[in-house]
Amino acid sequence: MTVSIVVVSHSEKIADGAVELAVQMAPDVVILPAGGTDDGRIGTSLEKVLTALEQVGAQDGGDGIVVLTDLGSAVMTAESALEFLADPAGVLLADAPLVEGLVAAAVAAQGGADVQSVREAAEAAGGTARQPGPGGSEAGSGPVSSAAPDFTGDFELVNQAGMHARPAAKVAGGLASLDAEVTINGVDGASMTGLMTLGAGKGTVLHVEAWGADAERAVEYVGGLVQAGFGEP
Amino acid sequence: MGRARAHRGTALGRVAVVLDVVWAVKWLTLCAQAMAEHRVELIELDRAIGDSDHGENMDRGFQAVLAKLGESAPETPGAALKMTAMTLMSKVGGAAGPLYGTAFLRAATAVGDSAEIDPAAWAGALAAARDGIVARGKAEPGDKTMVDAWTPAVDAARAAADGSSTDVLGVLVAAAEAAEAGAVATDPLIARKGRASYLGERSAGHRDPGAASSALILRAAVGAAA
Repeated sequence: MTVSIVVVSHSEKIADGAVELAVQMAPDVVILPAGGTDDGRIGTSLEKVLTALEQVGAQDGGDGIVVLTDLGSAVMTAESALEFLADPAGVLLADAPLVEGLVAAAVAAQGGADVQSVREAAEAAGGTARQPGPGGSEAGSGPVSSAAPDFTGDFELVNQAGMHARPAAKVAGGLASLDAEVTINGVDGASMTGLMTLGAGKGTVLHVEAWGADAERAVEYVGGLVQAGFGEP
Repeated sequence: MGRARAHRGTALGRVAVVLDVVWAVKWLTLCAQAMAEHRVELIELDRAIGDSDHGENMDRGFQAVLAKLGESAPETPGAALKMTAMTLMSKVGGAAGPLYGTAFLRAATAVGDSAEIDPAAWAGALAAARDGIVARGKAEPGDKTMVDAWTPAVDAARAAADGSSTDVLGVLVAAAEAAEAGAVATDPLIARKGRASYLGERSAGHRDPGAASSALILRAAVGAAA
């Protein structure tokens, strides 16, 4: 299963640039831009959005489409496009910041998440400023569970760059497809932006807690990636 | 462009107006004319409390509608409205595109495939259009938006349609007059939606450009039937 993504922006350059960024982290996900008006001005175009939705629809196997938007009338244009679609059921609009939401959605889609989960990943990326800063002393926006975790693990970051964007994408993407709730140093392990806000550099110990059927696999998955330095020096 | 079919010689000596596809095409043509004529005025209104692109955008959008009407002749009023919806959403660019696009789309759905729109159906189409604008823009009456033109227009059209099931011109006129009064009544309001809301109290004293263009559109509907 691979969910596709359409990016609606007032600016063609923003839409194209956001897609370029997201594709880096989700090479197997179909992500199409619908930015600017038909004649290249700032604005949004129903025709461009519908064209992108149709192109994506033709490429994906009906696994669904998540639409990311920027400012107000982009949201309205995307909603209007849904009114024109013959079968809008599999198309979901995400209420998320464009870039952060898109990257989180792309990573979730890359990890095989379903259309609902991809939208949730985008929406969970909202407001990185509200999440705990480096060190994450308080519990983040991750799963709050009073029960003791089913599995835990502590892993020291060994790669030079630590938990930067690409490792965060790998961790979040993999965890999104598992049946487990995972926190890493208090933040949601399936949230790429959450992981990046940890600001965890080389030598930082990641404390992983997992609940659910795949809890053990989740901890092993994170441990495997961290100990291999995410394949980086 | 075509003329509305007007049959003289009813019992009261009034002109019997038929809201058919000929009327619809003339309406849209007059909308384009009105937007071109009032382009600068709408730009000035929008410059005061918005981003001064409303006149430009509406003019461009309806010119594109004109071009589409030249390419293919719609067969029903509903088809003409749907084509307008699609075109405005694609060509206007600003928030007015999806708002007016949704209005025309919902109105098109409301009138369906019928060849002629009677007074009750026109009132229903206006209500559907208004509801679409509200659903899309989330504005309420009093927020200083186009809803403040559409809501009184819907109420007036309903009252007129309830009063007469045959006087379609009366319903058109009632809606247009109410929309115009509604647009004027936005002058003292403080904007609570759209870009004008960023201005807060400074938005008072200016007419809402969307309410003004809405009144132009409903006035054009009268002109097309005259």
